[in-house]
Amino acid sequence: MTDDKVYRWIGSSPVRPDGIDKVTGHAAFGADRLLPGMLHGLILRSPHAHARILSIDTSAADRIPGVLAIVTGTDFPDVTAAMEETGESQIDVRDLARNVMARDKALYHGHAVAAVAATTTTIAEEALRAIKVEYEPLPAVLDIESAMAEDAPLLHEELRTKGLAEMPARGSNVAAVVTYTRGDPEAGFAASDVVIEREFSTPTVHQGYIEPHAVVAECRPDDQATVWCCTQGPFVVRTLTSKVLGWDVSSIKVIPSEIGGGFGGKTTIYLEPVAILLARKSGRPVKMVMSREEVFRATGPTSASRVRIKLGASRAGKILAAEAELKYEAGAFKGSPITPGCMCVLVAYDIDNFRITGYDVLVNKPKVAAYRAPGAPMAAFAMESMVDEMAHRLGLDPIRFRLDNAVREGSKAAYGPKFPPIGLVSCLEQAALHPHYQAPLGPNQGRGVAVGFWFNVGMQSTATLNVQEDGTATVVTASPDIGGSRASMALMAAETLGIAYERINAVVGDTEMAGYCDVTGGSRTTFATGMAVIQAARDVVDQMRRRAAKIWGIDPDQVTWRDGQAIPPAEHATEQSLPPLDFAALAKSAAKTGGSFVGRASLTAQGAGAGFGVHLCDVQVDPETGKVDVVRYTAIQDTGKAIHRAYVEGQMQGGAAQGIGWALNEAYVYDAHGIMENPAFLDYRMPVALDLPLIDTVIVEVPNPAHPYGVRGVGETPIVPPLAAVANAVFDAVGVRYCDLPLNPPRVLSGLLPAAG
Amino acid sequence: MTKQHVLTTINGEQTEFLCEPQQSLLGALREDLGLTGTKEGCGTGDCGACSVIVNGRLTCACLVLAVEADGQQIETIEGVAEPQALHPIQQQFLEHAALQCGICTPGLIMATKALLEKNPDPSEHEIRYWLSGNLCRCTGYDKIVRAVLAAAAQLRGAEA
Repeated sequence: MTDDKVYRWIGSSPVRPDGIDKVTGHAAFGADRLLPGMLHGLILRSPHAHARILSIDTSAADRIPGVLAIVTGTDFPDVTAAMEETGESQIDVRDLARNVMARDKALYHGHAVAAVAATTTTIAEEALRAIKVEYEPLPAVLDIESAMAEDAPLLHEELRTKGLAEMPARGSNVAAVVTYTRGDPEAGFAASDVVIEREFSTPTVHQGYIEPHAVVAECRPDDQATVWCCTQGPFVVRTLTSKVLGWDVSSIKVIPSEIGGGFGGKTTIYLEPVAILLARKSGRPVKMVMSREEVFRATGPTSASRVRIKLGASRAGKILAAEAELKYEAGAFKGSPITPGCMCVLVAYDIDNFRITGYDVLVNKPKVAAYRAPGAPMAAFAMESMVDEMAHRLGLDPIRFRLDNAVREGSKAAYGPKFPPIGLVSCLEQAALHPHYQAPLGPNQGRGVAVGFWFNVGMQSTATLNVQEDGTATVVTASPDIGGSRASMALMAAETLGIAYERINAVVGDTEMAGYCDVTGGSRTTFATGMAVIQAARDVVDQMRRRAAKIWGIDPDQVTWRDGQAIPPAEHATEQSLPPLDFAALAKSAAKTGGSFVGRASLTAQGAGAGFGVHLCDVQVDPETGKVDVVRYTAIQDTGKAIHRAYVEGQMQGGAAQGIGWALNEAYVYDAHGIMENPAFLDYRMPVALDLPLIDTVIVEVPNPAHPYGVRGVGETPIVPPLAAVANAVFDAVGVRYCDLPLNPPRVLSGLLPAAG
Repeated sequence: MTKQHVLTTINGEQTEFLCEPQQSLLGALREDLGLTGTKEGCGTGDCGACSVIVNGRLTCACLVLAVEADGQQIETIEGVAEPQALHPIQQQFLEHAALQCGICTPGLIMATKALLEKNPDPSEHEIRYWLSGNLCRCTGYDKIVRAVLAAAAQLRGAEA
């Protein structure tokens, strides 16, 4: 089941519109903005993982020449709790305000407690040292077990667990309990021939974007602020910043810079309100750029997790029952991706009886942010390891076993609705047929298979298409281009208009120049903003058809649009009195025929298409050191229609690489006091070029019926399978089922030693 | 604090600037000379986003003091293209979709340039080894490696 429509532009891989700027150093990223008179802002951060802030004395810092502004928590309004949607997660704006700047308590090591703006960074550093903060250190809770313990110290005394039958009287570090059930799990287990159960864990990991958070803010005397920042969504920055400051959204203009990676981590705010207040106090533009250490200590990470799974199956290979218990760390404020984790954990399989329970657990670590398919990789690590084990126990091929239990069109998803057309079965079939799956394995090598899923989302997008008098067109959206989306927008516009890709430029606008767009996240941009671009292009086509009809003096309904031309009805064409009018001719004569053409569309996209993927991974394990090398890797995914093929492949390869890093090396290492010991790229070990093989891709295109060209969304699914694909390959190589990530040499070796001894 | 005077050559052009004694070459390039094509990803020499070529040698600009640039020959990303034409490495990065967000791209192009000047015909493994000082979080390196192989072939062809 693939798309066999023939397209002129869609599915090709042209050079991106912003390509030259990106390879010559001209593209301006977050930290590249320089303004006259600009000050440098820095943040003072808590040296404790959990402490009451008794007092902050900034007087000595204030006296340092060159220090022009200082802010602390009391400079911010005390915001009332309210949930705001940010793309793939909701944020409580009161929590957000207190994460941006601590008030009464510091809740993790690195939590912002004060900020300064000075004429040079050196002076700003001196000022930070001169600020005196009196803390009362409190016991820190640093993992799920201790946070959930009966007598655990509480991060937020007022917090009550949501999702229980009754509102509890006592405070807790568990912010919410979520459950999903179907059928009768106990009966399902009783009917099973084989029942297995294990618990898995994954550590805190970071998105690892190479560009640290950066912002420049200006604030006029009438409290109109302009913010340049690297973000996945300028409108979300505007909304959240306005909530934290208690300002109107219209008093803040957000101009998105180029963005150096985000992976979900730049769908929220950290520096923007602070920079605005510093600019307001000093009357000067203020630039703030995080160090890499600050990025690790105070932004981003995704949840450490504990996931227990119990699985029952018949001897014939049908999964009859499942029980999943997921506990995700939220960091210092509620809101781990526990709900999507629970929704995803069993999603690939058609199971009649299950119970899923999830816990959102607060710990004294940075508040987690969205990270590529938030919550899904940890859930899939556990479930796909168990599915692999079950196939092994039953003596079945792991792909065959998955095919026999896979969801398909019409299956009821574990989270409720029935699936429309989906590509899991196609992906599994492609995996079984792929040469990778038949390739011989060498000594100490093993092969793993795993499935991944992400919902993909729709949300709001707006597009404007300005036709220029030379027959070119400019597509304007406010969806930041994080991986080539300008190219995919231009491709969809070219296809719809019927003009050459090279005639279209795509640009990213700010919150005043462009209409509302939600974040570039949730794998929504090519789907939802793309849909707006297509509609805007269709709007131009309609206008051009009407214009041609006016020129010809015929009814607009008689004019058709084909291959970039307005074509008169056959009876006129045969007289040769009315030759077709093409896009360029109509654009050129626009001033004389009724004005220039501007297409526009604004929508809340419905019908995002779920994306399934299957990864094949071969590893080689060094029995002497425990080092695992990925030696062959193939990512297969139903992406719906691939608009820009090379960037679709790139998403699949990049997601796989991040997942491999999560599986093999990446982890926050904490000391007993909750201080991260490896806040640098040397010690937080992300994959380098030498760690990876070439990553083969197979694009399966089951069209999404809700999108004009069948787009589903690509970016997130590929980070979901690798954790288990790697672990299953290690099992195949050495016969040890590792349940705790990362599979770095010490861990793998410790698993091998008893077997050897 | 008294600023230091530095006289250096950047992209073939004699350049003078004043800097604080503790300032990095990266800081001077970006903040004083406006050459923001060289990026800062870590400031500790781990990510390679600030790769420049100093006297023919691939260098992290964040690990060099600005005063050490005195009398040296420095190449940055801004000097790689000709006025009317991209360098083959830049062209191949674009043709192969070897960048997604693009923040690591200037550093990777400088690292590739330094590699191909030393070794015009590198193997895939040699490319991976050489580029291991340049982190890319978006691509998984597949398309970068292919772009470098293609750029090497193009440059060898151009010389033949």
